[in-house]
Amino acid sequence: MSRAAARSATLRDAIGLGLAVGLYGAAFGAAADAAGLDLWQTVTLSALMFTGASQFALVGVLGAGGSALAAVGSALLLGTRNTVYGVRLVPLLRPRGVLPRLATAHWVIDETTALSIAAPDRRLARLAFLAGGASIFLMWNLTTVVGALGAAALSGPALAALDAVVPAAFLALLWPRLRAGFPEARVQLRVAVGGAVVALALTPFVPAGVQVIAAVVAVALAGRPGRAPRPTAEEEMA
Amino acid sequence: MSGTALWAAVLAGSIGCYLLKLAGLSVPAAWVEQPWVARIVDFVPAALLAALVAVQALTSGQELVVDGRLAGLAVAALALALRAPFIVVLVLAGAAGALVHVVAG
Repeated sequence: MSRAAARSATLRDAIGLGLAVGLYGAAFGAAADAAGLDLWQTVTLSALMFTGASQFALVGVLGAGGSALAAVGSALLLGTRNTVYGVRLVPLLRPRGVLPRLATAHWVIDETTALSIAAPDRRLARLAFLAGGASIFLMWNLTTVVGALGAAALSGPALAALDAVVPAAFLALLWPRLRAGFPEARVQLRVAVGGAVVALALTPFVPAGVQVIAAVVAVALAGRPGRAPRPTAEEEMA
Repeated sequence: MSGTALWAAVLAGSIGCYLLKLAGLSVPAAWVEQPWVARIVDFVPAALLAALVAVQALTSGQELVVDGRLAGLAVAALALALRAPFIVVLVLAGAAGALVHVVAG
């Protein structure tokens, strides 16, 4: 593939992914509204937190009646993923100096990591990171507003529909990890079932939201580290 | 929950998640690439996301509740197994939830 063709393929992938991810932004906006956040709080999360699973977790715990502490805790636990991505991105992006590093950090998420690692060389990796980060950031924030305003206008059966959409959105985030192609998919499934069982068993006994954080004990079901291959960022994309 | 507490959660969570991203670009790779650290980070999402699925679908406050949300979840699982796109999964789950709401009155 020629240099120009590789460039346009990289841009096409990045922008296509941005458009697809935008759909999740609408679901997030709706979930945040259902959880009782106002429009500004919802918009602030998409602009500042900008990492989907953590945003969903924060509003999910708040929507279940959980404390602010439990909500932040679950968002941070899911955010540890991005720390690992950052380590993998440093040799590709080589952000030099304080400001480039601070700016780069904000866009370190599942999708930009996958795009950068999949790019054929370092220059295109930077392009993929920037183009993917920009298109996802724009779409994600735009559709968050659409979802939040749309959900705020709902009533009656439409509200019942929204209640059913929120758990389905979490399942859609979880699903790629359980698919046959994902490294150790069966172990992922075991951990997932364990997490769900722990959360439900604790629900009557602990303050709302705490059962979600307590569910991390199910990670013990994964067993000790073996020689199994680590999942790539592409496979981790939800 | 008060607006102030919600704002505290929004801002603390946002700053914390940003610092986790920044840490990855700043700390020596060897700290993060310990086998045990990697193991935990690889499996935390499955445990937490599954817990959130269960809590969102089956609880209300401290009670376990079965309602249209569970029907929506079952439909979503089926749609995901059939590799339906994300938006189709959500629309079908929402339709199932609304249907149960209307039928059950």
